[in-house]
Amino acid sequence: MTGDGQSQARPRFEFRRNTWILAAGFLALLCAVNYFLQDNFFEPGVMVSNLTTFTPLILIAIGQTYVILASDIDLSVGAIVSLVNVVTVSIMHHLGGDALAVAAGIGAGVATGLAAGAANGLCVAALRFQPIITTFATGTVFAGLALWILPDAGTVQAPEPVWRTYSASFVGVPFVIWSLGVVALGCWLYSRSRPYLTLMAVGGNIRAAFGSGLPVMRTRIAGYVICGLFCSLGALALTGETATGDPLIGIAFTLSSISAVVLGGTALSGGVGGVLGSVLGAILLGLISNVIFFAGTPFEYQNLIQGVIVLVALAGGVFVSRGGAR
Amino acid sequence: MSAARERTRSGPRWYRHSLVLTLAIIVVLFAAGETLSPGFAAPGQVIYLLVTASLLGFVAAGQNLVILGGREGIDLSVGGMISLGALIAGNVMDASNAAILPALLATLAGTFALGAVNGLGVTFLRIPPLVMTLGMYGVIQGLLIVITRGVPSGRAAPMLSAFVNEPLVLGIPGILFAWAAFAAFVIWMLRSTAFGLRIYAIGANENAAALSGVAIRRTRVLLFALSGMCAGLTGFLVLGFSGNVFIGVGDQYMLPSIIAVVIGGTSLAGGIGGHHGTVAGAIVLVLLQSILTTLNIDPSGRAMIFGGTLLLLMFFYGRQQRLRV
Repeated sequence: MTGDGQSQARPRFEFRRNTWILAAGFLALLCAVNYFLQDNFFEPGVMVSNLTTFTPLILIAIGQTYVILASDIDLSVGAIVSLVNVVTVSIMHHLGGDALAVAAGIGAGVATGLAAGAANGLCVAALRFQPIITTFATGTVFAGLALWILPDAGTVQAPEPVWRTYSASFVGVPFVIWSLGVVALGCWLYSRSRPYLTLMAVGGNIRAAFGSGLPVMRTRIAGYVICGLFCSLGALALTGETATGDPLIGIAFTLSSISAVVLGGTALSGGVGGVLGSVLGAILLGLISNVIFFAGTPFEYQNLIQGVIVLVALAGGVFVSRGGAR
Repeated sequence: MSAARERTRSGPRWYRHSLVLTLAIIVVLFAAGETLSPGFAAPGQVIYLLVTASLLGFVAAGQNLVILGGREGIDLSVGGMISLGALIAGNVMDASNAAILPALLATLAGTFALGAVNGLGVTFLRIPPLVMTLGMYGVIQGLLIVITRGVPSGRAAPMLSAFVNEPLVLGIPGILFAWAAFAAFVIWMLRSTAFGLRIYAIGANENAAALSGVAIRRTRVLLFALSGMCAGLTGFLVLGFSGNVFIGVGDQYMLPSIIAVVIGGTSLAGGIGGHHGTVAGAIVLVLLQSILTTLNIDPSGRAMIFGGTLLLLMFFYGRQQRLRV
């Protein structure tokens, strides 16, 4: 009992590199149950519609993954999402809603996400503040900024081309699939790069990484900046879906993104896991509520059952990221 | 063990230093409040502030224990526990003075048990506390809806409301005496009892503690159970404070309870710190929020200033060690 999760040297290293497997198995099971309850579950239209609903969380969870892989955590993602949403929608609205305004809005939104991530990274890695408290504090600031920019939800709408494009298809493939494809390609390329290896090294053992001369500070900042980028992408997806500005739109994403990451088998202690698991984890979270809904669960029991399933699944995710049996 | 005793008795220098700093900040905040809005530091207002701080203080005490116990100890389920505690208490007493004691016992037992589940998950299934308590928070949220069916229920007994809100002796409400006694008890327990020393021992170095014969699992399960119980007690008092219950009543206490512990000088790494700092931390947080409310700043500005001030406080206390080869 004294060894605990600290001893990292294990023979089952291959398994630890594929921590998403449990999430994939669980997902297959859940898809089967969902199909049993909802006949048209596997029809393309329904699947795309489900995926569209899950896309914001998928993107945000990917961002959270990179921070957690570097053994940090970001409790400000929800606030960043809200902030990017109101910045984007406000700019589009005030510039008149033509193509240029839309581009400016998207550009400003992404820049906001990057800046917010950089602020987090500087506080945590450069000033050496404790990550949990710091990102809670910066999250409070971001949430305040969002409220300041747009005090009331629904007063500003995104121009029509935004949500039309978001729900459109190109060459027979929905826009959402294209976007996720581009993101997947980006993540794959990143996962084969030297900075990613450094990120994993820093998360795995920060002292050893520092001792090997790796740029620890820069790497941790990069983790937060990437997270900010993905939060802005998630916020843009959310904007495409809801077509409105809402200063509180992102609140729930903070905790659900962490749940998705852990469900996907990524260890909170850093250095073990990957974005594939988090994507599966995000889809899992969405499907769990789907299944509970289609199973005809009485309304008041839905949250409790969801809570219990998520807790059990979280425990399973942790179990896997630790490399199976004790 | 003697190292832990040493640490709790005198504390490392930076820790004593930060307690002084916290006290100085309290005085400065009161002075600033009085300057900005005359009457801020009037006796009645100070007592009201302290009552608000006491609610945070009770839940922060449990959080304090869990964090001191180390191994990334943290309890994110306290928000749900407070709501649940308030709900149990409100329904058992249902505005009847005679039912206050049963209500208190039911609240404490229920939240102690749920907290113990947190502890069992953390120690036996080895789930990180952040994840376990976050999951538990989700479960409790669901439980609250099942119990209430979405409709708030339960009312505070008049005696409980009076205990929290009305002067008992010298214009001071009973809850403040209770808080003082409770805080003194926790400080004494941490410094002078075997259980308190065990908490520091497992927080500072779990392996060494286990080799020295400390039952680390039992101790840690107990810490989480006590944290749940402290949150339940807070819920009981929050019921008295506000008179009725709504489902999310406890959520606002979750992160402040952690922040109060941290700005009170307890290290999130575990094993270092104490409870007197947490008491001061709770007062600082409530003061800060109150000043921002008094200044009539709109909610967005209040959030920005609150977050900014936290960052500033982090600059003084929350800095982690520089990496060295």
